[in-house]
Amino acid sequence: MSLEGIERALACARAAGAHSGDAVLVEDASTEVRVRGAETEHVKQARERCLGLRLFVEAPGGLRQAITSTSDLSPAAIDRMARETVALARATAGDEHAGLPDGPFAAEWRDLDLADPGDAVPVETLVGDALAAEQAAARFDDRIVNSEGSSADTGRTRVAYANTAGFSGHYERTVHSISAQPIAEQDGAMQTDYWFSVSRHRHKLDDPAAVGRRAAERAVAQLGSQRLSTRECAVIFDPITARALLSNLAACVSGYAVYRGSSFLGERLGERIASPSLTVTDDGRRPGGLGSKPFDGEGLPTRRTRVIEGGVLRSFLLDHYSGRKLGLASTGNASRSAGSAPGVAPTNLWVEPGSHSPDELVQTMGSGLLVTRLFGHGFNPVTGDFSRGAAGVWIENGEPTTPVEEITVAGNLGDLLADIDAVGNDLVWMGSIAAPSLRVSRLTVAGA
Amino acid sequence: MTETTDPARASVLFQERFGIDDRTLDAALGTALERQVDHADLFFEYTTQDSVSLEEGIVKSGDRHLSQGVGVRAQAGERQGYAHADDLEFESVQIAAATARAIAADGGGRAAVATGRAARPRHDLYPIALSPTDVPVADKVALLDAIDRHARAQDPRITQVMASVISQNRHIMIAASDGTWVSDVQPLVRLNVSVIAEDGGRRESGYQGMGGRSELAELLREDAWKPLVDEAVRLAGVNLAAVPCPAGTMDVVLGPGWPGVLLHEAIGHGLEGDFNRKGTSAFSGRIGERVAAPGVTVVDDGTLPGRRGSLNVDDEGTPTGRTVLIEDGILRGYLHDRLNARLMGHAATGNGRRESYAHLPMPRMTNTFMLAGEEDPDDVLRSVRNGLYAVSFGGGQVDITNGKFVFQCTEAYRIEDGRVTSPVRGATLIGNGPDVLTRVSRIGNDLELDRGVGTCGKDGQGVPVGVGQPTLRVDGITVGGTEG
Repeated sequence: MSLEGIERALACARAAGAHSGDAVLVEDASTEVRVRGAETEHVKQARERCLGLRLFVEAPGGLRQAITSTSDLSPAAIDRMARETVALARATAGDEHAGLPDGPFAAEWRDLDLADPGDAVPVETLVGDALAAEQAAARFDDRIVNSEGSSADTGRTRVAYANTAGFSGHYERTVHSISAQPIAEQDGAMQTDYWFSVSRHRHKLDDPAAVGRRAAERAVAQLGSQRLSTRECAVIFDPITARALLSNLAACVSGYAVYRGSSFLGERLGERIASPSLTVTDDGRRPGGLGSKPFDGEGLPTRRTRVIEGGVLRSFLLDHYSGRKLGLASTGNASRSAGSAPGVAPTNLWVEPGSHSPDELVQTMGSGLLVTRLFGHGFNPVTGDFSRGAAGVWIENGEPTTPVEEITVAGNLGDLLADIDAVGNDLVWMGSIAAPSLRVSRLTVAGA
Repeated sequence: MTETTDPARASVLFQERFGIDDRTLDAALGTALERQVDHADLFFEYTTQDSVSLEEGIVKSGDRHLSQGVGVRAQAGERQGYAHADDLEFESVQIAAATARAIAADGGGRAAVATGRAARPRHDLYPIALSPTDVPVADKVALLDAIDRHARAQDPRITQVMASVISQNRHIMIAASDGTWVSDVQPLVRLNVSVIAEDGGRRESGYQGMGGRSELAELLREDAWKPLVDEAVRLAGVNLAAVPCPAGTMDVVLGPGWPGVLLHEAIGHGLEGDFNRKGTSAFSGRIGERVAAPGVTVVDDGTLPGRRGSLNVDDEGTPTGRTVLIEDGILRGYLHDRLNARLMGHAATGNGRRESYAHLPMPRMTNTFMLAGEEDPDDVLRSVRNGLYAVSFGGGQVDITNGKFVFQCTEAYRIEDGRVTSPVRGATLIGNGPDVLTRVSRIGNDLELDRGVGTCGKDGQGVPVGVGQPTLRVDGITVGGTEG
């Protein structure tokens, strides 16, 4: 891809008085198909480009910073943007920690297997995949009566980055996905759930029919849901809901939350914060990973970081700025999109799987709740308190009994991590954050 | 460069800057209509946004973003083809039009109604003289510095102040095969203040925000931002004193204003036309039925001057309006975009909205609120012996299909023996949409709208919305706390 726009922006910025800076150009082409029943609902095709610029200007006691982006990539627009960015930076305050990293920037990297070769997937093929998922869901059970539709998407993205410290690089990635969201009905009450498969490579996607059946199985499983009375009990989070907990944890190990004092884990580095069975890893170079990239949003090499090892908090996730604030080196977790300020994000983050099959977890739990859905956003990273809407299955003496809904699970994430008494062997990658089933010895469930 | 603020001038911007005139529009619509298409439209957007943010006592960064593009849509029956491009060259618009029409069968093309002249929206709900994006950055920086000083002076326990001011100016132009050609300029401003307070090793946060479709000057006034900052500081202090929340089913009093997010989640989404056309909502087919207690009237109104959820025209060019959703407890209406209105044989209600040119429009809410009742709010509170008083919320979420909703309290208190007592932390309310409003037993006379902070997410698209309600008593809601 052409680095011309980036080079032009940085050159113009320097001429306008910038001390240093970096730029990112993202080009994206994607097709999204949704079907419902036997009909195509929509076909959406997009081509987008966006140029993002971050500039520093000198000030007493540090550097001032501004960030801009534009989807107008004409030379005149780029020149104007560079000048405006310098002017905007001059309005902010100098910050002794602001600036580009000194390196070492990413040099050689092996192929991370992030892109399919070849042409875009034809619309007809995507329609076929989506219909296969939709029909498999409909045929799974007589009680599947309706649908929110099934989708097949494909996209190719090119990312180019350069900075005034001399680093430039680019890479390409593709992403394909299939999803289904059927609706089941029984006794006049409807339930829906979804399932999806997502991969950098089309040939690694799950069979569309399997995606449809899994979604249907989950929707049907919730039919006839009861409420539970309020209680404290053991809880198993399935891989989908465990992943949501891991996302909450990720927010609390971000360097920004730590230096701002807005993470309950901020002062716990090196301490035991979780059950010894919990190990959490971030790895930006996992081959084919949905969060993989050869270099991060500041040109630093991505790498593997043990965040939690045997229950001990080993590392935060850092970019250059948050690292400097904490007196630590970047972990290569700078995230950057063209249209937003740099920040910290996990790359591929997962809980290392344990040895128990999901069935074993259920059979040995006694009585408790298997959570298959969480909803709402009730999590406070400052305190670790969470309270989420939930649905799932009540387990009685190791046996699944009735589906349950309209309940909440609540507690403190710190207590939950400490109370994990078993980790499943069923790690599922459905995105860049992944977890196996996690069993917690006790949690408050609120209901009728 | 200063920006246009007159709605009718948006079409001039697209003509002068990008050379898009009636001939471009007619040609692109003509291309889209070469197949068996029921409706085709073009959505042009040119949006500038800037934000300035403060933390640790200094304004560390400013940012500015420009987003421009065109989305072309062709509809045939229930099918929609959509293509978008981020450059506004004639060729790109034509390619997008040809891509969008591929959804339809060959042949049977027809002519568009000639677009004629660009129309001015019927009403102008946000007349402003100066675009918020043209206010000097120095003024925004000065506001944030003043906020930081003020917050820290209010309470020595404040250890961190984070504040940001966000300004947006969105130019849109819509041309459609039925002759629609309308443009609008939509300003949007927002101020966020978030503080962290620490006391005896315990740490809590407090957040407040406000905004709307107005001049930025509305936020720069001391009598506007100071009370907001005081609220954020007060909230952090309340949370420092909060005790674990009880868990279980209890009677709940909801405060006025932002707690109207309950209506948005529990009722509003379930009444969006797309879910009802498809029969996937817990409210499908229930028009005319009782879904709420007598006295409960809920409306969606996109025509309130200056509100965050208001629009002169929706993103399909339909003028916004006021739709009664529930009248005295009876379900009356759905919210429609053009596609769902056409397929259901209803009128479009001005609720066809999209996040940007890169998104397909969908039925979405604007400002959704419950009308006031007659009771003194204090009497409503006193009527509960033991329960929860929920004053403010974070966000919420709903499952349209089974009707279950959840939302998170950011300020709540126990009610014990008819009195408001200790603040509680981490409370979540969960319930069933079609059922919850039947449990409303008292309605206060104190209708308030929120301060202008809501963003609604649906199918990956975020749009600004407003909510509101009077003080309400709802009997028997499940409260998700930790104390059994």
